Amino acid sequence: MNCKRVVFFLIIVLGLSGSGLLARAQSGTPSGEGMNSTPAAGTPENGEGGEKKGINITEIVFGHVADSHEWHLFSISHEAEGQGETAIALPLPVLVYEPGVGFDAFMSNNFEEWKKAPDGTKISNSYEGYHLEMKMKEKLVADNGAAVYDLSITKNVLSMLIGVFLLLWAMSKVAKAYKATGSTKAPSGFQNFIEVVVVFIRDEVALPNLGKKSVKYMPLLLTVFFFIWINNLLGLLPGGANFTGNIAVTACLALVTFIVMMAGSTKHFWSHLLNPPDVPVLVKALLVLIEIMSLLIKPVALMIRLFANMLAGHIVILSVICMIFIFGMLNRFVGWGFVPVSLAFSVFMFMLELLVAAIQAFVFTNLTAVFIGQSIEEGHGDAHAHDAKHAH
Amino acid sequence: MDLLTPELGLFFWTLIAFLAVFFILRKFAWGPILNTLGEREKGIADSIASAEKVRDEMTKLKSDNEKTMAEAREARTLMLKEAKELKDKIVNEAKEAAKVEANKIIIEAQQQIQQQKMAAMTEVKNEIGKLAVEVAEKILRKQLSENEGRDAYAKLLAENIKLN
Repeated sequence: MNCKRVVFFLIIVLGLSGSGLLARAQSGTPSGEGMNSTPAAGTPENGEGGEKKGINITEIVFGHVADSHEWHLFSISHEAEGQGETAIALPLPVLVYEPGVGFDAFMSNNFEEWKKAPDGTKISNSYEGYHLEMKMKEKLVADNGAAVYDLSITKNVLSMLIGVFLLLWAMSKVAKAYKATGSTKAPSGFQNFIEVVVVFIRDEVALPNLGKKSVKYMPLLLTVFFFIWINNLLGLLPGGANFTGNIAVTACLALVTFIVMMAGSTKHFWSHLLNPPDVPVLVKALLVLIEIMSLLIKPVALMIRLFANMLAGHIVILSVICMIFIFGMLNRFVGWGFVPVSLAFSVFMFMLELLVAAIQAFVFTNLTAVFIGQSIEEGHGDAHAHDAKHAH
Repeated sequence: MDLLTPELGLFFWTLIAFLAVFFILRKFAWGPILNTLGEREKGIADSIASAEKVRDEMTKLKSDNEKTMAEAREARTLMLKEAKELKDKIVNEAKEAAKVEANKIIIEAQQQIQQQKMAAMTEVKNEIGKLAVEVAEKILRKQLSENEGRDAYAKLLAENIKLN
């Protein structure tokens, strides 16, 4: 499934690059003027010189799925006055640490002037010795080329913080409800909803994979599930950030899983991994190599799966919406005519993504439990299996 | 590809936020929620177990009751039977005793009747004897008063003595 998703994602990316080129080639023709004011109309772009505006779909899509130092909401077109666009965006704090220089903090709206380098990279003005460079992603760069650590509260970080506060607020309310009603009363309302999920995670995810030790790992599994789920859902809101479709995020979650796996790993697990029983020496060498690789691939698979799924979902929805504008560039009426089709598609995709948001959170949690379960196995089960084999 | 290189800042903040959420929720949310769930499940299991126990006890009690009832019924039947037997026995004994007594009385009565009869007979015999003697005396006195008779009689007597 994962592999399929990645291939799908690549096809989409290539297709979008193609359509972007197409859009660029068509930039000579008059574009659908009224449509540039919609939220889908992309990142701020300066009307440079005599260049006429088209829609760069690649830029729009990746502008939406990539992280950003500001929370862009929409742009207002001033084409009638010949002044390009004004981007309406929420400025966010930029925090940067440069070794030898120290911390620096300022707001992102200090980067307001953008110009295009010959290779297509957009470069902002310099502020306090730093500027932003943007190809597919925005990157904070020191003017003198020194290495910097960008710890800015970006759009994704802010989105995550909102998600985290929602989660803390909701869960503390639920916990309070439990304390208030005690164990003798039936849950009601939101508490009931959360209870269903908690019981599902416990009975379907933790107990089958972790057995008696599941109590110890339940808080982690629940946190992983709800953290991913709420952020998936927040990412689906219009104007939301593509937080869980960012590889840094999934890498972080996978790292946590890996650390927990390693922290709980048993002697039995390592002895089976490094010295598999009843195997000839040559095969053993190969097997150990493969086992170590598979151990490392586990968190990587977790990372890629969530990242690719969420990213692909976002890209598909954006592409479907962008189709309106692609057709609008060919002919305004075709563009309007395509609106219902596109909307139907995107509504369908939204429904699918709602499902995927929960499914991916579940899959991540479930695989976390499976991987932890493998590494904390005590070997009693195996011993029995061996006995059974000898008995036959 | 650009999209596949993780940003340090986002990684850093995600790690911090995730760990913070994990520790906060573990202490303040998951702990109480899971505990309460466990308690409730235990409570339900206990309730079911105790209900089962009570039901078993009820069943046992009911069967005990039935057994007691059956025993009581049996005892009653037995007692009735015994009472009846006793009654019959007493009645029979009484009848028997009455019969014996009656017989005894009858026999005594008959004996007495016989005695009385005998006594009466004796008396009548005596009376008749006395009367006969008186009659004979009178006849003799009359006959003897006449000569002929007196001689004849003396002869007769003399003959009787001779014969003896």
